[in-house]
Amino acid sequence: MSSTELDSALEQPLSVETAHEHDEAGNSMFGFIIFLLSESVIFLSFFVGYIVYKTSAVDWLPLGVEGLDVREPAINTVVLVSSSFVIYAAERCLHVKNLWGFRAFWLLTMAMGSYFLYGQAVEWSGLEFGITDGLFGGTFYLLTGFHGLHVLTGVLLQLIMLGRSFLPGNYDGGEFGVAATSLFWHFVDVIWIMLFLLIYIWQ
Amino acid sequence: MANVLVDEPIKNLDEPESWRRFFGFSTDHKVIGIQYIVTAFFFFLVGGLFAMVIRGELITPEADLVDRTVYNAMFTLHGTVMLFLWTFPVLAGLANYLVPLMIGARDMAFPRLNAVAFWMVPVFGVVLMGSFLAPGGPSQAGWWAYPPVSLQNPSGALINGQFLWLLAVALSGVSSIMGAVNIVTTIVRMRAPGMTFFRMPIFVWAVMSAQIIQLFGLPALTAGAVMLLFDLSLGTSFFDPIKGGDPILFQHFFWFYSHPAVYVIILPIFGIFSELLPVYSRKPLFGYKVVAISSLIIVALSAVVWVHHMFASGTPSWMRMLFMFSTMLISVPTGIKVFAWVATVWGGKIRLTSAMLFALGGLVMFVFAGITGIMLAAVPVDIHVNNTYFVVGHFHYVIYGATVMGVYAALYHWFPKMTGRMYNEGLGKLHFVLTFIGANLNFFPMHPLGLEGMPRRVASYDPEFAFWNVMASLGAFLLGMSTLPFILNMVGSWIQGEKAPDNPWRAIGIEWLVSSPPSHENFEVLPIVVAAPYGYGKSDLLVSNADALEVAHE
Repeated sequence: MSSTELDSALEQPLSVETAHEHDEAGNSMFGFIIFLLSESVIFLSFFVGYIVYKTSAVDWLPLGVEGLDVREPAINTVVLVSSSFVIYAAERCLHVKNLWGFRAFWLLTMAMGSYFLYGQAVEWSGLEFGITDGLFGGTFYLLTGFHGLHVLTGVLLQLIMLGRSFLPGNYDGGEFGVAATSLFWHFVDVIWIMLFLLIYIWQ
Repeated sequence: MANVLVDEPIKNLDEPESWRRFFGFSTDHKVIGIQYIVTAFFFFLVGGLFAMVIRGELITPEADLVDRTVYNAMFTLHGTVMLFLWTFPVLAGLANYLVPLMIGARDMAFPRLNAVAFWMVPVFGVVLMGSFLAPGGPSQAGWWAYPPVSLQNPSGALINGQFLWLLAVALSGVSSIMGAVNIVTTIVRMRAPGMTFFRMPIFVWAVMSAQIIQLFGLPALTAGAVMLLFDLSLGTSFFDPIKGGDPILFQHFFWFYSHPAVYVIILPIFGIFSELLPVYSRKPLFGYKVVAISSLIIVALSAVVWVHHMFASGTPSWMRMLFMFSTMLISVPTGIKVFAWVATVWGGKIRLTSAMLFALGGLVMFVFAGITGIMLAAVPVDIHVNNTYFVVGHFHYVIYGATVMGVYAALYHWFPKMTGRMYNEGLGKLHFVLTFIGANLNFFPMHPLGLEGMPRRVASYDPEFAFWNVMASLGAFLLGMSTLPFILNMVGSWIQGEKAPDNPWRAIGIEWLVSSPPSHENFEVLPIVVAAPYGYGKSDLLVSNADALEVAHE
């Protein structure tokens, strides 16, 4: 998406007519995409840190910790990843002006996101190690916590967009808010897949 | 997000006549630009004051002026203030003011985000200065905050100097990312009709390149800073070697951003040189396209050179060789630029205004910094002078010799446009002479000191180093004084300088086609660009509707 944005910006010999009316929603989306690209570098840095620690640490797992249980987080993963398809369905509904369909799918996405957060909280409370328990404890809580914060942000953004959908004339200026929230959600999902592979599968 | 160009409730603040708009939440990029510049200059004086304390301490070999903890805080805050509160904001200010005017836009893409990004600068400035009140005083770990030094917390308080330092740097990062998103979006999407990429002034190219570095580099520092904060405040073990952590990993996070950060600073200065030298030489910029592209090459290379700061950090030799090679490669695009500037000035009708003097002075000092830079890139030399004053000298030739001189050049050059007044040329030249002599007197002696082995960040030293240290301190005090004619000139000229015409330097550029200062909306109608920049000595039109641009004054 970002590359097509950039391509069109590069190739379009800005015509006199279009340049007078700057495309505000397009600007916002472009800005949001480069923000997400930048944000992804934070995760990338944490991932690199995790890999370095895991491959070089002398005492990786804290005393008495055998590893992580994969079953519950796997269910969580399935829920979060499927929610990406649900939010896409919501977007399609909005696109064909099916407002109630949009709200239904949107709410389902929020429910799935909330379930993920709940599952994460349950998992955290059942663990026998804390953030200060060595590099494993530190990186585990850092990565899952930072990602969880993004999921929470996503759900809150979705809540705002849901509320806004009841405002008359909300979509007259385009659907930037919904599109950006949805993109953010996909971003959070992709990050989780990498995180899941790194932390739970690669043990 | 911000689809409001003229915000109704604050419209009266944006009246070009009201001075009060500079003290409020204005969304006009020109007001924000000047807010950035003035705020940054205030902190430049603060950081300069810290430098005066450092040089005052170092004028004698004994540690006799201030307490050592104060001395440590001074060099830590000197570096931090100068980078995060002076160079970054002042360059953000210049970019804010100039980019929309240069590309023919009415404002930045996100005016309100722009204002928020600016207002975070005084906030984190206050947080950083507030660390003087923290238990144990401000951070003493140096501007790079290497663990385990930065993890020492003798006061035991949760809110300590290092904590506030990290908070300030984090806020600075958020502000910079907001600015970077805004500037890149503006340049890619807000250009006037006909303003293709290869018709953009080099300053715009340079700013775009610099902000791309912010976008991919800064998050790495953020990641490292978050982990350091956790170590400091929550007791995690990421960087604490006693608990099994890896302090070298912090150095990687830090330098992955903080080396490219030097290019974030220097690229806009390259842009300023590229703007000014053609104007005052009356010649087109030599090799425009190559100069434009070389900025992007520097961006690409900047991502793969950071380990040259860590040659002495137990880095394996294959890595040293690799990063020595990549670091030396940087001199190719940089050298291209230097050759282009020299070729531009060569045989030109040179006018030595204050702006041109600062640009040429900055260029000379940059070349010197480049030569010592190549020396430092070489592993054997770097191991020898690692953590000595040689590094400090090299860095200050870049950051003062090239960057501060370049900023001064830009401020003189665009002062008539920003204020509608001419500056005093006599005071400007006095300022240049004091600055040029002061900077060389201050920073040159650091090179022999470093080669002889004087370590940086010490409050006392062997008496054999006294001569060069006295020279450096005298230069520093001269630099301190050099700001006086500048302040006098800027304040005095703004209040009662001669009225400036639209284009006092007969410069070619869209910003010179509108009134001085430009109206709130910049242009009556958007310019239609028909030519590449720097058409000096040619009779090409830059825009096809030049007469229609200026807003008629009632």
